[in-house]
Amino acid sequence: MTETVNGAVFLALSFATIGGAVMMLSTRNVVHAAFWLLEVMIATAGLYLLLSAEFLALVQVLVYAGSVSVLVLFTIMLTLRRREDAIRPFEPGWSAGVLAALFGGAVLFAAERFFSQPRPGVMPETVPDVAAFGEKLFGTWAVPFEIASLVLLVALVGAVWWSGGEGR
Amino acid sequence: MNAIGIGALKVLAALALMLVNGVVLIYMLRKVLGHLHLRLGPTHVGWKGTLQTTMDVLKLVTKEDITPRAVDRWLFRLAPAMVFVPSLMAYAALPFSDSWRITNLDAGLLYTFTALSIVPIGVLMAGWASANKWSLLGGMRAAAQQIAYEVPLLLSVLPIVMLVGSANLGTIVEAQQGTLFGVLPRWFILNPLFWPTFLIFVVASLVESNQTPFDMSEAESELVSGFSTEYSSMKFGLLYLSEFSNGFIISALGVTLFFGGWTLPWLPAPVVSALGPLIFMIKTYIGIFVMMWIRGTYPRVRIDQVMQLGWQRLIPISLVWIVFSGIVIKVWS
Repeated sequence: MTETVNGAVFLALSFATIGGAVMMLSTRNVVHAAFWLLEVMIATAGLYLLLSAEFLALVQVLVYAGSVSVLVLFTIMLTLRRREDAIRPFEPGWSAGVLAALFGGAVLFAAERFFSQPRPGVMPETVPDVAAFGEKLFGTWAVPFEIASLVLLVALVGAVWWSGGEGR
Repeated sequence: MNAIGIGALKVLAALALMLVNGVVLIYMLRKVLGHLHLRLGPTHVGWKGTLQTTMDVLKLVTKEDITPRAVDRWLFRLAPAMVFVPSLMAYAALPFSDSWRITNLDAGLLYTFTALSIVPIGVLMAGWASANKWSLLGGMRAAAQQIAYEVPLLLSVLPIVMLVGSANLGTIVEAQQGTLFGVLPRWFILNPLFWPTFLIFVVASLVESNQTPFDMSEAESELVSGFSTEYSSMKFGLLYLSEFSNGFIISALGVTLFFGGWTLPWLPAPVVSALGPLIFMIKTYIGIFVMMWIRGTYPRVRIDQVMQLGWQRLIPISLVWIVFSGIVIKVWS
């Protein structure tokens, strides 16, 4: 029973993820592309949730869907001078073709490497919960965590200070 | 009954609570604002106008659903759902009593903020799709506010998580049981360490949930009706309903974090656990009343003032307060 439900949800979510990515690339409207990107991010969070990675899913929605895509949308809407400018013609060029070919090659290479490795066998029976994750993060990895948070803090304070304007 | 059926019933219960809340809160808003402004509010339909909102809902449902020609059709249809669904999702982690809750999430606090952080995207979507300059301005304001105030809102509640040692909303409530000196409840609002936390939380959550005096994306004095200008019939109803629902969730979060949730220290434990949901709802409605009081008292601030307050005041203050309260909690324990 659980297997079937999980399978159905997995199918729906992976269809939403891949389909959303395809739609994001194929739409000609930049605002629609940004909303498709948002959809892909939320569907990915759903996949994490299916793997019982509760915290990762929440952070994915909070950071990528809630903040990064809002920033992307905000920037796109702010830089469009007219509403009609949102629709861009399809202009494939040589450089785009070369980039796509390179990316496709890289994906094929990675897939080949991945599938040639031995399978992990069985999945673990239980998944560590958020509390266990927190103990790991603030115990074993406390120093790297503090360094990362310091870097982000400096970036945040610097950005606010920089944009302070002539009032300073 | 299997797990899926129970899950569906819980979602339906949350939906019913949201709808009933919406109807009650609209009536309450009209009455409270009316009396604050020395007016009467609705008086004619039903006893003291109590049926007014029910009639308004009927009116909304039966009205023509107008879609202007220039709108971005798909986004225009999707936006009300994008505002409504996260608002409904946010009910999942709220603890109505020690047994009455939809899910028991270890990261419940984070979950509620995550759900609420999606709402402004729907507002931005509505603003863009409406193809109307006022609507777009409203949507952009919602996005700007969301980016500016998400950081202080999340940072402001961290001292509580640090003290309790859990982000589970139920555990946070349990940490506030009992009394100080036999009289005062052990609520976090009575702990001086959390007074600045509470102030930042109130301001940032009012901004995030788009309540007056910070309802910049609606601001009918400047933007007609902001992001919801072009919406009519039940689409407008959904946008409006989720605004009231967000107010309820913010108030419920405040009650859970600072006012002891479903607990009441002066009553014996069996009575409290039986009356838990009722106590929780009464406290939440008192919180909503205070929000309406603020709404009826303060004039709307300007958008640049909102932005300045967020970036230049609340973020630095909440960062400093986290460090300070971290040291205090460490020294204390």
